[in-house]
Amino acid sequence: MGALVKMDNAATEVRTRQEPEQYLTFLLGGEMFAIGILVIKEIIEFGQVTEVPRMPGCVRGVINLRGAVVPVIDLSVRFGRPVTEPGRRTCIVIVETGEGEARQVIGVMVDAVSEVLEIPQADIEPAPGFGTRIRADFIAGMGKVRGRFVMILNVEQVFLIDEMAGLDTAETQVAH
Amino acid sequence: MNLDDALKTFINESRELLEQMEEALLGIEQQPDDAELINGIFRAAHTIKGSAGLFGLEQIVAFTHVAESVLDRVRDSLLVIDAELVAILLASRDHIGSLIDHLAQGETPDAATHRQGSELTERLHRYLNQTPAAARAAMPVEHAQIPERETGRVADTDNWHISLRFGREVLRNGMDPLAFLRYLGTLGRIVRIVTLTDDIPALSELDAEGCWLGFEIVFSSEADKATIESAFDFVREDSHIRILPPRSRIAEYLRLIDALPNEDMRLGEILVRCGTLTPAELDSMLEMQRQGDATEHAPIGEVLVEQKVVQEPVVEAALVRQKQIKENRNAQNASIRVDSARLDQLINLVGELIIVGSSANLIARQIAHPALLEVTYNMTRMVEEVRDSAMSLRMVQIGATFSRFQRVVHDVAQELGKDIRLEISGGETELDKTVVEKITDPLTHLVRNAMDHGIESRAQRAANGKPEQGVLRLNAWHESGSIVIEVADDGGGLNTEKIRAKAIERGLIAADAGLSEHDIHQLIFAAGFSTADAVSNLSGRGVGMDVVRSNIESLRGSVELLSQAGAGTAVRIHLPLTLAIIDGFLVGVGRERYVIPLETVEECIQFSVTELNLASGEAGYMDLRGEVLPCVRLRDVFDVRHSSATRESIVVVRHGARRVGLVVNALYGELQAVIKPLGRLFEAAQGVGGFTILGDGEVTPVIDVARLIELSAGPLHSRAGGLPAAA
Repeated sequence: MGALVKMDNAATEVRTRQEPEQYLTFLLGGEMFAIGILVIKEIIEFGQVTEVPRMPGCVRGVINLRGAVVPVIDLSVRFGRPVTEPGRRTCIVIVETGEGEARQVIGVMVDAVSEVLEIPQADIEPAPGFGTRIRADFIAGMGKVRGRFVMILNVEQVFLIDEMAGLDTAETQVAH
Repeated sequence: MNLDDALKTFINESRELLEQMEEALLGIEQQPDDAELINGIFRAAHTIKGSAGLFGLEQIVAFTHVAESVLDRVRDSLLVIDAELVAILLASRDHIGSLIDHLAQGETPDAATHRQGSELTERLHRYLNQTPAAARAAMPVEHAQIPERETGRVADTDNWHISLRFGREVLRNGMDPLAFLRYLGTLGRIVRIVTLTDDIPALSELDAEGCWLGFEIVFSSEADKATIESAFDFVREDSHIRILPPRSRIAEYLRLIDALPNEDMRLGEILVRCGTLTPAELDSMLEMQRQGDATEHAPIGEVLVEQKVVQEPVVEAALVRQKQIKENRNAQNASIRVDSARLDQLINLVGELIIVGSSANLIARQIAHPALLEVTYNMTRMVEEVRDSAMSLRMVQIGATFSRFQRVVHDVAQELGKDIRLEISGGETELDKTVVEKITDPLTHLVRNAMDHGIESRAQRAANGKPEQGVLRLNAWHESGSIVIEVADDGGGLNTEKIRAKAIERGLIAADAGLSEHDIHQLIFAAGFSTADAVSNLSGRGVGMDVVRSNIESLRGSVELLSQAGAGTAVRIHLPLTLAIIDGFLVGVGRERYVIPLETVEECIQFSVTELNLASGEAGYMDLRGEVLPCVRLRDVFDVRHSSATRESIVVVRHGARRVGLVVNALYGELQAVIKPLGRLFEAAQGVGGFTILGDGEVTPVIDVARLIELSAGPLHSRAGGLPAAA
């Protein structure tokens, strides 16, 4: 499971709003998505994932990331789509969300990573209220890249731990 | 050492002292005549006051001083210590504690604390104003001997005279002479002070970091000599300190003058200036010196010896103190304080080492090179040793936790109006520090519960022919890789019928369930179960034994209750020795592998399908040497796909009194498993207690046997709402 791309986590760097931000774009179910690069720690090849019994479907399992146990999320299932079938270009994007106590490292399964892009703030449109095929609160904005729209994900919302763990959904069993 | 560090040390030390004080106060109730205990309490208060004085913490000094004065009277047998006084002293201790807590948080105490302080001060003062006659009268009054000397002319003053020559190194040692004077001010009133600057050399020779000052102090105080002496404990070794009590003989002043290195004449004048001596007294003194009174005016060396004789109790105190310091130093040498984060890091690294070690092992076995095999074998052994000693660093004795309950038992017993004695045994039993920290709350609950519901009222005990004093026992021991902590009382035991009725009422068991008495007793751990008819202040607040159970189970432990009607109840908590690394048993189900904690595994058996009444998807049972063994397929509980049931084995696991057979496909054998915590995402995971990384780098779930048994006990799929049904 070698690291394809390794990036410095520059989360501490302070950026002004005017500066164009960098995004990692990736493919999922034929659509193009983007995640702000600051939350991304590294990208690894899809390999051995251990299933964790009795977890919601979007939790694909766990991997060993140099001695740390990291959960892997099937983003497709999280978006309410079918389970991702691993292919030759399937990757796990390791992201870090939350701060302090709530800090959590998560692996995100995507079909393929594309490139790192600079999208100027001016080229980012607010998310439409409806019309996208994923939940509106998952989208931070629509970036215009070479005449196409790329959905920029709201990482905090997409990887909401309690929601992914099935803690606050109706299907959760009654706490005892 | 900057001041913040020093203050931190003060806070830590004071907390430790307060703990000692509490322990001694609780002990003294049982043995009111134990002088060592009283001294211990006094010393603790005194040291806190002294150190607080060094930092100029007026509030703590003022309050502690009052408490200390009361303790001093107890020590001098002017006061008899009784339950009421102990209660006040305990409250005072708590008050000092809260003052220190405020200090630690950098706040000034709030109004409530102030009110509490002044209220306590008032109550303490009542003890101070009590005449000795009202207390035990006939005791010899040791310190009353101060003013009267048998012969010789007496200086006409009611004040003490203190002659101080600080050592050169005092400042360099981090002591501030001013702090001592300030502290002295708390013991009484400094009437007059003369600063001696004679020793200060010419500027060219002056060592600016040295202390060149001396003081002559006239001091008015009710304190005894030892107390005044002790103000200078920290500098006694390298400074010249002479303390003359009020109305000392002139000859003693003469000795003082002789003993000090300063010029005689000048010193005499200083004494007059201080007002210690009148000019006439000085004259007669000088006359005496001229006469060369052989018996009184000996060479300095002899004078010093004589002086020591005079000050015998003081010297003794100094020696005791020195010895204590030495002992403390020894103890400090024997142990060092380490930041627990560093310890955790070490444990983590050892964990990594084990994982890497087992990969090396695996590869060596694949290559099958004899020399490599031997090296990896040795390495594994070493790693195991490193693991054990690293884990032992985290081990602490449970005794300290137990003794904290002295206070709880004391307070709760008073609250309940019961007479209850706490007996502690097995305090030297060691377990992981994290476990100790997490066990305190459940233990407190159990202790309170036992006192509230377990032990009967005095009247009832008398009626049942039991001694009025109830006994609560805290005990701990090791038992095959785990630690057992027992909270036992000699109360009435559980009411089996009542529990049974309640359980039926709550729908926990069927009305006709044939349960053994033991099984019925365990029902009190079920969620929302409480037999208390009236909700008392202490327990029965809804958080009941089920909370205790879940707390303990979160530590991978279990809890069991033994009760005998009329004779008492014992709750036994079984806990793993450590949370970080366990011995595990690796099993396979389909392509998945799972680790079962080895301590829960009883045996592994092969079986043929005919022996097992197990339909797919359902739990079944089998005949294990004549006993019914409920069995469950791990494949079904965990919903494992790709499971090929070519061969199956049963791993018999036990948790508490429950035994279950887990049907698995493969048995891979034992291994050391480094437990990786679940992480927030998996907190709600069912039947999985953590992860571990195998030698080949794969992550493997560690089964939470207690939870798994519970899962299998219920009808499986009716409660599988957490499964990815929506996916």
